Amino acid sequence: MRSPGAGRRVLSAAVLAALAALLLYGFLAAESETTVGLILLGAVVAVAVGLRTGVLDRLLRAAGTPTMLGSLGLAALALVGVFHDDPFVLLLMARALLVLVACLGLHVQLADAGVPNFAGAAFFGVGGYTAAVLGRGALPHPLVLLASGAVAAAVGSLLLLPLLRTRGHYAALITIAFGLLFRTFLEVNDALGGPQGLKLGGLRILGWSFNDDRQLLGVDVSGYAFYCLAAVGLALAAVWLVRRVERSWIGIALDAVRLDETAAACFGISIGRWKIAAFTLGNAIIGVAGGLSAMMVGFIAPNNFTFQESLVLVSVLLLGGLGNLAGLAVAALIVVWLPEKLQPIQEYRYLLFSVLVVLVLVLRPTGLVRRTLRRPFGSVAA
Amino acid sequence: MNGVMLGLMYALVALGFTLFFGVLDVVQFAHGDVLTAGAFAGLAAYTGLVHAGVEAAVPQLLVVVLAATLSMAVLGAVLGRVLVLPLKGAPSLNVLLATLMGGTALRECIRLFYPGGSQPQRFPALLPSASWSMGRFTLRLDNVLMIFAGVVLVLALSLVLRRTRLGLEIRAVAQDEETARTMGIDFRRVVLLTFAIGSALAAFAGVMNGLYYNEINFGSGLLLGVIGFSAAVLGGLGSFEGAVLGGFLFAGLQTLGAVALPFASAYKDVFAFTIVILLMTWKPTGLIGERLGERV
Repeated sequence: MRSPGAGRRVLSAAVLAALAALLLYGFLAAESETTVGLILLGAVVAVAVGLRTGVLDRLLRAAGTPTMLGSLGLAALALVGVFHDDPFVLLLMARALLVLVACLGLHVQLADAGVPNFAGAAFFGVGGYTAAVLGRGALPHPLVLLASGAVAAAVGSLLLLPLLRTRGHYAALITIAFGLLFRTFLEVNDALGGPQGLKLGGLRILGWSFNDDRQLLGVDVSGYAFYCLAAVGLALAAVWLVRRVERSWIGIALDAVRLDETAAACFGISIGRWKIAAFTLGNAIIGVAGGLSAMMVGFIAPNNFTFQESLVLVSVLLLGGLGNLAGLAVAALIVVWLPEKLQPIQEYRYLLFSVLVVLVLVLRPTGLVRRTLRRPFGSVAA
Repeated sequence: MNGVMLGLMYALVALGFTLFFGVLDVVQFAHGDVLTAGAFAGLAAYTGLVHAGVEAAVPQLLVVVLAATLSMAVLGAVLGRVLVLPLKGAPSLNVLLATLMGGTALRECIRLFYPGGSQPQRFPALLPSASWSMGRFTLRLDNVLMIFAGVVLVLALSLVLRRTRLGLEIRAVAQDEETARTMGIDFRRVVLLTFAIGSALAAFAGVMNGLYYNEINFGSGLLLGVIGFSAAVLGGLGSFEGAVLGGFLFAGLQTLGAVALPFASAYKDVFAFTIVILLMTWKPTGLIGERLGERV
């Protein structure tokens, strides 16, 4: 059903997507650090103005609608098209998208159900190792990716009982302990390559290897372009799924569990069941992202899945503003791209992120974009 | 011997966690990195002394310990002031994350700005290295001295908490902040002093760690912090005896995992953390649990 403002919404979505694409294009194409700095400055000013005038809030609130998702997807495709023969840029884009997907998983756990997970990188790693082990076999690779998610969810289910029995700091400790445990386990376990890690063959669907560069319509296309497309697809699917979950009665149940367990229980909402559902779904999403990421990079080692990386994932969530998908996407881009484009700060990136997160927590605890309240169904025609 | 040493070290870290949790109901996760920073501060003091030409071991040891504990006491108070107090009333997860990130910042600062900080640093052996052997068992004097010092420190802390005015104030704030305030206790002062004391304990543990292994590493604080926190949680956050008990329990688990179990000793941390998770599942608020009714 089209409501009266539909045309305007499509238009504004298209404009926003085009602006975003242009900004990202400028950022990705920029060669010198001065240009990158200038673009960042411009973006910061634009965001500041947008925040003051409230335009940004309105735009971002619409960010999850299918129209907006579609336009952003098209914008992403356009970017992939523009950079079709630049492996480095494509790799950056794909990585940002996969980090975004992993953070969506965390988002379901932390922002929706309030279950802390400080072992995000560990579940990402479970997905990656699953892809590494199963990818050698005869199993078709799309199924391998699904299996990555399933195994991550299964491993996560080991933590379910401890997580349900505890809460707050104690629950956080359990995930932290698991993250450290997982990494130590990988390092001492020879079957999984030990500290050296494992090599992977690339993604292969119906005999079509994603690793090879090839010619399409007479144009050389880097293999990473295909991974990028896969990542775009995965990200869109994940955003769609998370949005559906949030806007359904499941989302309401999760909100209730997060905001007040006692009240939720009084209304007959099973706390355990929804925590389990959110934690498992989140881990599955993280696992799939981990699987695709491992196949794309072609190599995994315990060092990629440190506690530090888990913290980076959680900080993406907080920087973007807990509970806001659009903020999440922006934060994922910043966290993945900034250190790569500004090489001088590469070495200092953890320091920078940690200080940034502390500042955000102390000065603007809501993150980049405030969490929007759930609005009654029907008030936004999706 | 090894186990006792580790247990004491963990207990010292756990005591810090338990103190912080007592007064402010927060988990200060930069604690492990404060420990590392303390060890590095001690090392820096030692290097300074060597440059200044002080060669005698006793003044060296004193200066190292004092430099580490005092500087970390100040740092701990600053962390409490900057990271924890402003977030009072915020969701506990925010505090957790803020301190985790504060700890990361600290760790990165050591790695990036301490000369050669990204490599493991040799820690000088400042204690006499005599040892007695009894059959297969060797008792080293330096270990005995460290354990003695650690035990004295724990006992001293318990005395301070139970017999002094400051201890009374800390316990009062831990029990009920508002009532303590109405009784004229300067809340901020108590909190910051508690942070200073806890962080000094961690610094002492850091120096112990350095003396014991003769090596310190910028990243070792994270694991020690998590272990200390696990120990505090095992014992029951906010409980003095619990923290000590938890520290020795964790060390015992590690030793057991390394010695007595049928798999490689490299799995000792895996084993210890698994048991921690299981124990927490069994007793969600620690062995000596918080006995608080849930307020709705």
